[in-house]
Parts: sequence; structure tokens; C-alpha cells
Amino acid sequence: MDDNETMGAMLARRGFGRRGLLKFAIAMTSSLALPPSVAPVMAASLARARRQSVIWLSFQECTGCLETLLRSPSPTISSLIFDFISLDYQETLMAAAGSAAEQTLREAVAAGKGEYLLAIDGSIPVRDGGVYSMTGGRSNVSMLETIAADAKAVLAIGTCAAFGGIPKAYPNPTGAVAVEDLVAGKPVVNIPGCPPVPEVLSGVLAYFISFGALPALDDRRRPLAYFGTTIHDQCYRRPFYDQGKFAKSFDDDGARQGWCLFELGCKGPTTHNACASLKWNGGTSFPVESGHGCIGCSEPDFWDAGSFYTPLAGATLPGWRNAAIAASVGLVGGAAAALSGRRKTAPKPEKTP
Amino acid sequence: MTMLEIARGPAMQVSILIMVGGIGWRLAGILLLRRRPQRAAPRHGFVRRICGGLSAILSRFIPRRTFRRGTAVSVVLSAVFHLGLAVVLFGGAPHILLIRQITGLTWPGLPKGIVVMASGLTLASMIALLVRRMTHPVLRLLSTVDDYLSWLVVFLPVFTGILLSGETIGGYATLLSLHILSVELLLVWLPFGKLMHGLLVFAGRGAMGVTFARKGAAT
Repeated sequence: MDDNETMGAMLARRGFGRRGLLKFAIAMTSSLALPPSVAPVMAASLARARRQSVIWLSFQECTGCLETLLRSPSPTISSLIFDFISLDYQETLMAAAGSAAEQTLREAVAAGKGEYLLAIDGSIPVRDGGVYSMTGGRSNVSMLETIAADAKAVLAIGTCAAFGGIPKAYPNPTGAVAVEDLVAGKPVVNIPGCPPVPEVLSGVLAYFISFGALPALDDRRRPLAYFGTTIHDQCYRRPFYDQGKFAKSFDDDGARQGWCLFELGCKGPTTHNACASLKWNGGTSFPVESGHGCIGCSEPDFWDAGSFYTPLAGATLPGWRNAAIAASVGLVGGAAAALSGRRKTAPKPEKTP
Repeated sequence: MTMLEIARGPAMQVSILIMVGGIGWRLAGILLLRRRPQRAAPRHGFVRRICGGLSAILSRFIPRRTFRRGTAVSVVLSAVFHLGLAVVLFGGAPHILLIRQITGLTWPGLPKGIVVMASGLTLASMIALLVRRMTHPVLRLLSTVDDYLSWLVVFLPVFTGILLSGETIGGYATLLSLHILSVELLLVWLPFGKLMHGLLVFAGRGAMGVTFARKGAAT
């Protein structure tokens, strides 16, 4: 692909006309909660846009995030956004390896200085000088510090990059931290999820390419349009929650009839993500629709937040032994206080005539 | 550790232990109270005395004819409050889950709409009772810090529960945290103030009824 080719020309070459681009822009503006009048503007901007340089660094991760973004079920414009960006460095996808790959990275950073988007998947280990994850002899911490310094913005893709994820889970042996813990002075967008919803990344990229800025973010730096509501709010099982109809096990009649999975530990009420609206695998379903409760994978520290199968209404109880000790202490203390009081108020002996 | 994790974890554990210890303290104090020796011969035997105790437990639900007019407002408001609270506590699905986790007992929950309606009635009756307490000259004179504090620690869980059900202000996690923390405040205060009547009311009425029956008084 020619670096000067516009997105409109690329889409035309792929068989998508102006109508297709407009439909995509309408879908994107809708999913980004923008006014409908913005759609033609976005379509025109996208048609004129030139390739955006993206440098993608994979740190302490499992490659699941990259897999999910690459496994789009059909060649939609949404997936072609990924084709349209100039992915100048991505270790898993690039043919180059070793010193050639390192040279590619140096060239990409130099060529796009101040203009490239830096995408990160995976958390960053900082313990012991960051030795637990190295690339080409450099620690992830060192790479992030130098490459983020010249980026226009940083995209933390997946829960590991956004919040530390599973590597940060107790006891966190590598001292894993999130991207936002290390990057200062640059806009950071968190796109959490284990893995994240691909359409969220394409929406953020489409917005950035169209308007040259990042979409509105929430207090955890997540795109507000996609993370503004909870799974629970958008869940098709929600009416059953309101009716008090809960599945008691994963294969009972209630579960089959679509009753709410709250009692089985669903974390939908506390999880912000777009799974229930955008869904997965080309809009086929999402975990709750497939019969399992939400595990809250797009929230910080989800791995350490108790069992996936403990209801949100549940609590960590002190245990019968501790309760017995507390009761004993109370009884002894109360008895001591009562006896002391009795002594003070003891009636005087009756006088005998 | 998030606020919700603290609320569901260590805060819950500490509050339950304080409540259990406090109940032990109060029970020991009550059981070791100095009692006057009963010098008179009992008017009734064991069975009649037990019947007297049971009778006192039930009869106190209905106010005496003599006082009915003067206490009608308080009685109705209190009944609405207690019934509403019972519906919320024992009918709300999340509450049943917690009870099941502690005791293993479970039963079907009520639809959310009914629970929210009961919460609204409970809240309204509590506000009305507070207004009455603050405006009625005698009640106001008799009220202590315990009365107002006990009212507050019951009001907060009901109020945060309504906010949680509608998810009107803040996110679910924040509201759930506030709701659980407010319940924990109630648990901590329960043994040390007038809320202890929730545990002692029937035992107290029963003991009084037994004493009355022993003396041959009506229960």
C-alpha cells in the first residue's frame, strides 16, 4: 500500500464505495455516542485521511489481545481500519527478527517522531530493574520511556496494559504495573478487556484519524462511549434481574430461559464494557449470552476481586471460629462489667432488731 | 483494594465481629442483672407462666384500647416501617444471597419492583417518625442521642439501597460499596443501642409475660 494513499482510495480499491464508508461512519458515530450530523463529517475526513503510523509494543502479555483484533470474522471496514493504519512495528506480525527488527523500530520512531500512535499490550514489570521482560536486551520500562516520549498518544490495549491485569495479580512477582503508571505528559487511552472488544479499538482509531484527537474518556481513561455503562445495564437478561428471576445453576431451567446470572457470580453490575452491545464474533453473542456470568475482566484487579462465582451481594465472612472468639470476649467482658456493677450497687444488709 | 473489596471483605468481617462481641456483652449484662428475690408464692404453675409469656409476645402487637387514639400515628407508622423493612430484608434477592451464604437457608426472592416499593414506604415512614419525634413535645423531651443515632444507622442502608436499586447517582460499584458500608455501621451500632430490641424484643416480652403470669396479672 502506498503511504500517500488516502483511506477513501484504499476502500475503493477494496470494493467499498462512498455509501459503505458513510454507513461505517454512521455506525462509528453511533457507537461513539456522537450526534448523527457528525457522520458525514467523519466519512469525509476518513476518505481524505492518510495512513496513521502506529508502533505496537508487546510487553508482559499473552498475545490474546492481538489475536482478537486480527481475527475479525469478515472484511468489514471496521477491520480494514487495521489494514489502513501503518503498523510500523509489531514483533508478532512483522517478518523481520533480531537486529533487523530493532533497526525497524528505531527507523519507525525516527520517521514518525511526534506523530505516531504508540499501542501497548501487556503490563510492564518494574521489579529488579525490569529484567523479567526484555526485548533485544532492553527492558520494557526502558523501551516505554523512550518510545512514549515521542508518541502523539499512547493506547493501552487490553487489561494488562490498562490496569496491570493478570501479571499484576497477587503476589505480582514481577512488579507488573500499567502503562499509565509509567507514562507522564502524554495522552493515554485505556482499552481494557481480556481481550478487548476489537470494535472499540477501531472506533478509537477512526475517531483519531477523523478528528486528530482522542474521544472523551472516563475517570479511568477509557473511551466513555464504550465504557460509560455496565454490562448489567445493557444485558438482555436484565429484565429477569428486575423481576427477581435468577438462575440457580448454569444448566437449570432458569439459565436456559435466560434468567439473570447474578446469583452465579456475574460481575456485570460492576463491569464497564461494550460486550453486551457490540458483542463478539461478528455480533454473535457475548459471555453472558453464552451462559456464563461476566468475570469483570475489563475492571482493575479483576483477578484478585474474589471468586468469579461468588455473588456480588456476598461477602468475605469472619468464619465461625473468629465469631466464637468475639462472642466469648463479649460474654466475658459483659460478665465482668455486670459483676462489677452488682458489687457497686449491692443492697445493704437489713438491720435486725 | 477498591472500596467495594474493603466493604465486602475486612470491613464486613470487623463489623460482624464487633456485633457478635457486643451481643455477647449485652447478653451477659442482662443475664447477670441483679434480680429481686420472689418472696410471694407463685399464682400459677410452669405451663400457665409459659402461656403468659407467649401471650405477652403476641398481645403487645396491638395497642390497648385506652391508648389507641393517642398512639395511632406512631403505631401505624411503626408497623409500616417494620413490615417494609422485613419485605426488603427477607424479599430482596441480594439479601437472600447473603443470608444463604451465612446460614445456608434460602427462599425465592421478590420482584425488584415490590422490594423498591417497600423500601420507599419504609423510608417515608422513617422520615415521618423522625419528624414526629422532633416535633412532638413529649417525644422530643424523651429522645436521646441513641434514638437519633439508631434512626440514622437504619435510615442509611434503606436510603443507599434505594439509590442502588435505581443506580441513579454514581456507579453500581460505588453505590453497592456505600450500601454495604452503611449496613456495617448498623451492625456495629446494633448491640450498643436501642436497635438491640431487634434481637431482644420477643425475649423481653416473654420474660415480662412470665413474671406477670407468676403474679397472676393479665398479660
